[in-house]
Amino acid sequence: MSELSKKTAEKNDAVYQGASEWRLNTGGLKIVAKRMVGRFRTLKWLGMLTWLPFFLGPYLRWNGEQAILFDIPNRQYNFFSITLYPQDIWMLSLTLLFFAILLAAVTSVAGRVFCGYFCFQTVWTDVFTYIETKLEGSTPHQVKLFNSAEWTVDKFKRKAAKHTLWLLISMLTGISFAAWFTDAYQLWYDYLTLQAPLFTWVILGMFTAGTYILAGFMREQVCFWLCPYARLQSVMYDQNTILPSYDEERGEPRGKLKKGQSQQQKGSCVDCNLCVAVCPTGVDIRDGQQHGCITCGLCIDACDTIMDKTNQPKGLIRYASHNEIHHATETKSPYKRPRVMVYALIMLSALSGVVYGFSHLSPTEFKVIHERQPLYVRLSDGAIQNKYTVKLLNKTKEALEIKFGIEGLEGATLHNLDRILVEPGQVVPVTAFVRVPYEQFTQTISPIVFKGKALPDGALTVEYESMFMGPK
Amino acid sequence: MADENNSADENQSEQVSDTGHSWDGIRELNNPCPRWWLNSLYLSGLMVLIYLILYPSLPLINGSSKGLLGWTQMTEYKEDLAEIEARRAPFEKKFSAMTVPEVLADQEMLNYVTASSKVLFGDNCAACHGVGGQAVEGLAYPVLADDDWLYGGSTDQIMMSIANGRQGEMPAHEGSMTNDEVNQLTQFVIDSSNAVLNEAGKALYMEQGCYVCHGNDAKGITEIGSGDLTDKLWRFSGDFEEVRYTILHGVNDNSDPKTRQAIMPQWNEKLAVMLQAKANAIAENQDPRMLEWNKVFEGDETERLTESDIKKLTIYVHQLGGGQSLSQ
Repeated sequence: MSELSKKTAEKNDAVYQGASEWRLNTGGLKIVAKRMVGRFRTLKWLGMLTWLPFFLGPYLRWNGEQAILFDIPNRQYNFFSITLYPQDIWMLSLTLLFFAILLAAVTSVAGRVFCGYFCFQTVWTDVFTYIETKLEGSTPHQVKLFNSAEWTVDKFKRKAAKHTLWLLISMLTGISFAAWFTDAYQLWYDYLTLQAPLFTWVILGMFTAGTYILAGFMREQVCFWLCPYARLQSVMYDQNTILPSYDEERGEPRGKLKKGQSQQQKGSCVDCNLCVAVCPTGVDIRDGQQHGCITCGLCIDACDTIMDKTNQPKGLIRYASHNEIHHATETKSPYKRPRVMVYALIMLSALSGVVYGFSHLSPTEFKVIHERQPLYVRLSDGAIQNKYTVKLLNKTKEALEIKFGIEGLEGATLHNLDRILVEPGQVVPVTAFVRVPYEQFTQTISPIVFKGKALPDGALTVEYESMFMGPK
Repeated sequence: MADENNSADENQSEQVSDTGHSWDGIRELNNPCPRWWLNSLYLSGLMVLIYLILYPSLPLINGSSKGLLGWTQMTEYKEDLAEIEARRAPFEKKFSAMTVPEVLADQEMLNYVTASSKVLFGDNCAACHGVGGQAVEGLAYPVLADDDWLYGGSTDQIMMSIANGRQGEMPAHEGSMTNDEVNQLTQFVIDSSNAVLNEAGKALYMEQGCYVCHGNDAKGITEIGSGDLTDKLWRFSGDFEEVRYTILHGVNDNSDPKTRQAIMPQWNEKLAVMLQAKANAIAENQDPRMLEWNKVFEGDETERLTESDIKKLTIYVHQLGGGQSLSQ
């Protein structure tokens, strides 16, 4: 081996050393997280409760109809007494914008809060592992023993119970999802009597399989290797973002506490590994911030109980920013930062837009489309005629009879359009003609206003400005 | 496991295994893909196999393998077509039982007919009459979007024009009139359009017998499709030279090689014969329902468009901008 090769080999050895210390769980290792009570565990339960409306929402009724219904075949969205049509899609865009920025804002203040407390992957996995630990054992050792044991009636019962419960939850998830898009009670009836259309079964099958596999088997692997949000959110952190952090300065050098020995010589960490044992993704928070950490805070609960037992102050692992942990001179409040304020501003704008949209919902959508080919026609008496298609969408729940007229152009007369009846949810296109006598025709393009009012009382009026064209 | 609480680091403290390959001290480490990842790769391979079996895929000597499902683009196209037909069926059924005035009074049917005849019009009519009935520019085809109709703008008259075609005739006058007379008549025609009194021109108009076709009032006669000379619109052009050309060479006068060509093809002879027989019966105060159709239909019958198509196009053309009410 040449001198150069030797040097390369030495350098490489360092790399290999690093590689062997690099812990990577690619699914070969089953995580069995120890379940403990604590502050963050309670918070997690509360966060998980926000999914209850997903299961219960579709069964709400309002005026004899489903209160919230995404009616895709009829292209409408029913929200209590409000009906939204595809024309109102911008409100959905603003709502999505609000939540996207909310994710960014929360993440830049307090890390992956969504991942830790609200994400369906986290929530469903937590429920599934809860069932598993109740049936098969609450530590990796117990689970290992259970799985390697001979098949007995008891083992079979426990396994069957676990998978049955998992599948039931998965199916309930699928049915609940589908129930937002069709009448929920009818859906149950169709499923239970096996009369549901094929498409509905496919949806149920996909959701059941997806939930069963992702929450039952893939678990933290989804967060590690599949989820784009996990990676996306990591870049939203900065040094002032508060995260569950291990206070290395206080904790190291770690070591087991022996009887009678004071903790003075060593750091606060007694190397009990409880923080790792409770972690749902199986990471060691003492290695610092890492991609597997979903910032659920369960390691904080675990460490605090140990600190109590060893008569040390709590907070060896705590929610703290990088700057705070490292005693940076400039420790900023996680809120008072330009980016958080900009996020807040965008969220406020989006929210105001949605509020405006809901408070200014028009009962109709009125459009007048000018014919393009030809732009105008000369009539035998020399008059100029323009052709329009008048479209009125009735968003109310009652039929509307509208009487039309035109304004704003001298000498113009309206033909072929007087009054039309529009059924609820319908749009009736009507061809209309406007004529201007040649003597009164003055300019190539003139504005013209189409007006309509609902009969009999004219309580509802619509207006659309179009144009009238003629020869140059 | 080192610690029963610690679940994360199984076998991880050992050296990373390698493949045994080493070049200049560089070892090839063995980091296999996650099992679940490999499984999904194999699953996608399985999907390919299933696809190969179910769908036409493998190239063989005589075309491709058919696949178990027997799926082809053509059958899918036909299914889609059948779906569209099924969706149209109730409208078509209703339409066939309705008269033209009934359709015009029914906004929903009117919208259906207008929408479904747009393609029909584009395929058969727009080449000459323009997409919006404005006539292709510069080629002097009749405008359908205005209210000037040589053969009448009621739905019956429009239907007759489409079914039977039209071929008006105006004789050439190159040999029979002096240059001055032609110029004088040209001026008279232009003056008429502009509502300017032209006594001498009018006298010449009557003397030359123009009134026979264009009428005493020069307003044209709908039955023979002679043009209205008093309105603001021109069948060909209002330009002096163009009007003069029309008088000199006529329209569809085969004796003059320079004559203007203006022929509307007939789109359904059978329907045209039927319509004519009905019109004749009404004119003779007979009940058109009593007609003996076997006798009415004689000779060749061409059907370039079906009766239903022509009915639709009639309504479409009537709606383009100048349709006249049925009483006219």
